[in-house]
Amino acid sequence: MWKPNRPLLKSVGLGLAILFGLVVYAYGFQVTKVNLDETRSPRRQEQLVRILRALAKPDLVTFQQQEVEIDLPYYVPCPEGDVPEPTIDRSRPYIEAAPPCASPGETITVRGYHFAPNSKGPLNFIPPSGVKLTLGTIQADEQGNFTLQVKLPKRDSPEVQHLRATTRLSVGAPMPSRTAIETWDKIVETVFLALLATTFGTLLAVPLSFFAAYNLMRDVTSPVLAVALNLLLLPVGFWLGSQAASWMGSLTSQIRTSYLWNLLGMGAGIALIYLAIRWAVPPEDLLPPGRWLRLARTLVLVGASLLALAVFYLLSSTLILSGNWLESRLGSIGFIGTFIADLGDILGMLLSVIAALGGAGLAASLAGSIGRRLSRGLPASGLKILNVLLAAAAGALLLILIMAALDWFYQFNNPVVTRTLPGGIGALLGAIIALRLGVHDELPVGMAIYFISRTIFNALRSIEALIMVIVFVVWVGIGPFAGVLALSLHTVAALAKLYSEQVESIMEGPIEAISATGASRLQTIMYAVIPQIIPPYISFTMYRWDINVRMSTIIGFAGGGGIGFLLYQNINLLNYRAASAQMLAIAIVVASMDYLSAKLRERVI
Amino acid sequence: MLEIKNLTKIYPGGVQALTDVSFDVPAGQFVAIIGLSGSGKSTLLRCINRLVEPTSGQILWDGLDITAASREDLRLIRRRIGMVFQHFNLVQRSTVLTNVLSGRLGYVNPALSLINRFPRQDIEKAMRQLERVGIADKAHVRADDLSGGQQQRVGIARAMMQDPEMILADEPVASLDPVLAHSIMQYLEKINKEEGVTVLCSLHFLDLVHRYADRVVALNEGRKVFDGLPGEIDDQKFKEIYGRDAERVG
Repeated sequence: MWKPNRPLLKSVGLGLAILFGLVVYAYGFQVTKVNLDETRSPRRQEQLVRILRALAKPDLVTFQQQEVEIDLPYYVPCPEGDVPEPTIDRSRPYIEAAPPCASPGETITVRGYHFAPNSKGPLNFIPPSGVKLTLGTIQADEQGNFTLQVKLPKRDSPEVQHLRATTRLSVGAPMPSRTAIETWDKIVETVFLALLATTFGTLLAVPLSFFAAYNLMRDVTSPVLAVALNLLLLPVGFWLGSQAASWMGSLTSQIRTSYLWNLLGMGAGIALIYLAIRWAVPPEDLLPPGRWLRLARTLVLVGASLLALAVFYLLSSTLILSGNWLESRLGSIGFIGTFIADLGDILGMLLSVIAALGGAGLAASLAGSIGRRLSRGLPASGLKILNVLLAAAAGALLLILIMAALDWFYQFNNPVVTRTLPGGIGALLGAIIALRLGVHDELPVGMAIYFISRTIFNALRSIEALIMVIVFVVWVGIGPFAGVLALSLHTVAALAKLYSEQVESIMEGPIEAISATGASRLQTIMYAVIPQIIPPYISFTMYRWDINVRMSTIIGFAGGGGIGFLLYQNINLLNYRAASAQMLAIAIVVASMDYLSAKLRERVI
Repeated sequence: MLEIKNLTKIYPGGVQALTDVSFDVPAGQFVAIIGLSGSGKSTLLRCINRLVEPTSGQILWDGLDITAASREDLRLIRRRIGMVFQHFNLVQRSTVLTNVLSGRLGYVNPALSLINRFPRQDIEKAMRQLERVGIADKAHVRADDLSGGQQQRVGIARAMMQDPEMILADEPVASLDPVLAHSIMQYLEKINKEEGVTVLCSLHFLDLVHRYADRVVALNEGRKVFDGLPGEIDDQKFKEIYGRDAERVG
């Protein structure tokens, strides 16, 4: 620590700090290759001016061109004898050359009359081969006349050659240029790319953000036994869930080709599910129900969920059927039919995942309640033995599953590495944890989930969407869909973190009050947490859409579709006027998004 | 009958909030808990419905061990204990009616409650509770549009929706002016006298204690220093509860 009464030491320290700063910046200049000579080089400056002027003239409008072509026979060199006098139609625009013939490389004067006022175009020399050689540029005056001195090319020929004046005049109203039309197409694609990525990202990020919120996960603890049972039963539940989905899928596949059966099946299914829920979930339970009633209710609910899966499969096939039908009927707006069919397809694809997750969730809650009951009911010594055994099994299973995932990447092909070793180590670790802890100690499961999800989000967030898109391009091909997927993934990670921080900053009071009424954890989240986080969530989602629009303008650089692809192409082709049109479009869209999202956010909060 | 036996709470970080507190509360009593800020009043009340987990000791309620209840049993116990807070703890962006109805969450169908569906009789009951505290016309107003006194009345209505057998009130009037304080205390008194609900209420002002409480339990630095009738607090006792330098106000 500095002492205030030692000014010498203090100023020496300050001097050293300044010196250190100097060294840092000097090194910075060196590694970033700051080169002032280049900025002063005339060649570079000339290029810069050319590019800046091109950029200042975005290629946006074009006109219909009226072209006038006038030919004058001309001899290079002068033929033997007389030069034949060319016949000139003086009622139309015409050109004259003096002298009437010349040697190659000679400078001649070309005059033109009665052209369109202010018209422009090239003056060409046409040898017998027909290959044009540009001699100069015509610029007609107010009266439509011009005089041009040009040097003839060294193309001598005994035959007659031609001088050709071509003038072009823009006529009619300005029209959007080809570049402008392409730019419009792609900027629309860009905005929708951003919209879809934000939507998909938000849908996933909202539930995930709760797992990364410290204040929600802090109190989630579970006895060793319940954790071990959970780890053991989770994969089983996951497997059973996906099995149930594929079972229901194949069961309904018989009737999924007909509208009638689809609709009938859905109607009957929904009615049955309604009745099942009415019976199994009574509105109020003043006393906890008996064991057999609870078992019967659980079985009925499991049946209802299977039925729900079947109903969703029917819904998915109905959507696909009607979407395909609409697609063929709607003509130019057939994309709506395609969208409906795609929705059905997505639903069908998601069902097995949802069922697997649901199965895992059921298994987890079952494991939790069995674990709790056992850890309360058993004597301490028996519980200890059971704890150690189950923890060892769970540890072994966990490490084997982790190793299996690694094996998929690195292909060890060695059962000792993928099974025996991790199984042994996992069992040992599990047993040690169970031995060290007291029989009734609770493990901080919530904090474990919190840290794992935080780590995953941070890792995903640190990879730019521009890099992620490379992987997705390999998977789904170059185009906007790859961009949507990459941006969605990045959005999930970024939003989940932002959201979870919002959850962490809510007021604790209402949570306390709602849980004091005897509400369950889910009810507490629904009634005390969600009302508090809606405004910041909307605000962050809009902010993210804003970011995604900006990101989607460059995601095309890596093949992710949108306007970036066009921009990248034009820059590589040195087509700066077209690139300028695209930059302008990006600037307009980003600025208006910025304005729009600021306005909307203002309104929500 | 609520029995608190040797209750001790040490927060992570070593703060000893309660030390070996024991007392019994017969059903239907109005007990005031008094003591300086930080003397453990809030912790004591929160240990009773286990918003705060006690470190050791036992709480029995009609023979039921609250401290040993499983998570599911605790939910069933909590729904019979209403709680009123100093800062009201309403969900600000929800309507008054939703806030009151949330008192029924422990009873209603969990699946339907998640999509904000309550049985008709609960909605009628909520309206009756709001009428009783005189703000039925505010049912569809957002909670943060109410004044402090109105918010606390919503808090009481929410607690009453639970059909409670006991109400824990944590400084219910500390953020209100004296006139409002009396009106809120009168509601609690009415609930206690007319419906026989046991009330445990932490309070700052001794005049409120004298006026409303049947009995006083005083805490000082987490220890019980007094347990008796309000009238028994003389100057000697007062100094024991609030410290040597305290002076009586009000």
